[in-house]
Amino acid sequence: MPRVKVQRKSTAIDMTAMCDVAFLLLTFFILTAKPRTEDPVPVDIPASSITQPIPDDNVLMLTVAEQKVFFTVDGNDIRKQTLNQMGDKYGVKFTPEEQTKFSGTPIFGVPMNQLKQFLQLDAAQKKEYKQPGIPNDTTANNELADWIREARKADVALHNKALRISIKGDNKEEYPTIKKVIGILQKQKINKFSLITTIRAEAKK
Amino acid sequence: MAELDTSSGGGKKGGKVRSKKASTRVDLTAMVDLAFLLITFFMLTTTLSKPKAMDVAMPDKDEKTQDQKPVAASRSMTILLGANNKLEWFIGEPGKSQPTTEGYGKDGLRKTLIEKGKEVQQSTGKFLVVLIKPSDKSNYKNLVDVLDEMKITNIQSYAIVDILPSEIELLKRDGNY
Repeated sequence: MPRVKVQRKSTAIDMTAMCDVAFLLLTFFILTAKPRTEDPVPVDIPASSITQPIPDDNVLMLTVAEQKVFFTVDGNDIRKQTLNQMGDKYGVKFTPEEQTKFSGTPIFGVPMNQLKQFLQLDAAQKKEYKQPGIPNDTTANNELADWIREARKADVALHNKALRISIKGDNKEEYPTIKKVIGILQKQKINKFSLITTIRAEAKK
Repeated sequence: MAELDTSSGGGKKGGKVRSKKASTRVDLTAMVDLAFLLITFFMLTTTLSKPKAMDVAMPDKDEKTQDQKPVAASRSMTILLGANNKLEWFIGEPGKSQPTTEGYGKDGLRKTLIEKGKEVQQSTGKFLVVLIKPSDKSNYKNLVDVLDEMKITNIQSYAIVDILPSEIELLKRDGNY
């Protein structure tokens, strides 16, 4: 008796639709991805029940950790303008190359006299570099206040908007450092600002 | 299907030698693999939970403002933030009423705030005013926690104020400094 042969089906599957979906999703994720700025020091953000998200642009962020303050401002043009104004103020001349490098630096925490040296480093070296934070003494050497003021000026000049100031602090940061930063803000008549928090994890009983 | 109809219609009557057309079907498996790899990468690197912003308004430090009204001591509550995640609170003026030491969170500060808020509302008909005074030994988390409690317990008027030396003495006495 001849055996009944089961006809083998081809195992090749049509991949076209799958490919379409995959690339659609890929496009979506690429477009929504925002490069994450890495903090030079680990910052553990406190939790709260606030659900209001931080605005997308026009934000000046002061990262406070380990008694050091780091400075972040959105927008390459604002960064460049701020650097030039700061250069005028402190009598430091920045070359166009340094300006471009600075406008691509999202977060920094070095005093003015180390800034040139810091800008020479490449990305990997910047990570290694121990940034001392921006000097923020309440007496003479208050570069942080100048940075904030110049950034606000630059934002008004370029976009005619008021910068939103926010403070991103570490959980364990001692209050005097925060107090100093708040004091600097208040001296510039900034009485409204935001503190960055995360959502508190639920079901913690 | 990602292939075109390559069969030539009709038979092979005409003696013309047709060059055999290669199938246009492409193997997409490798491409799909790559696409999913990239999707995975982008999914894992995007931060889904954006950080939240807690708005804080500080009292105006300008000394020129004259129109500051005194708040009745009976409805002002002072919270002193001390070391080791402890806080002390008292109603009224320092020295006149004894402070209570408490912890943060649901069973500590929140309960007190809700109770006192109700009491003050009943006795004076006005809202409780809370003064937050962080000492140098408290940390940033304590401050955020207290501000968060203000929001949770729906206290309208509160302010972050500098601590007085006499209040530091209170914290010291109770071992919270």
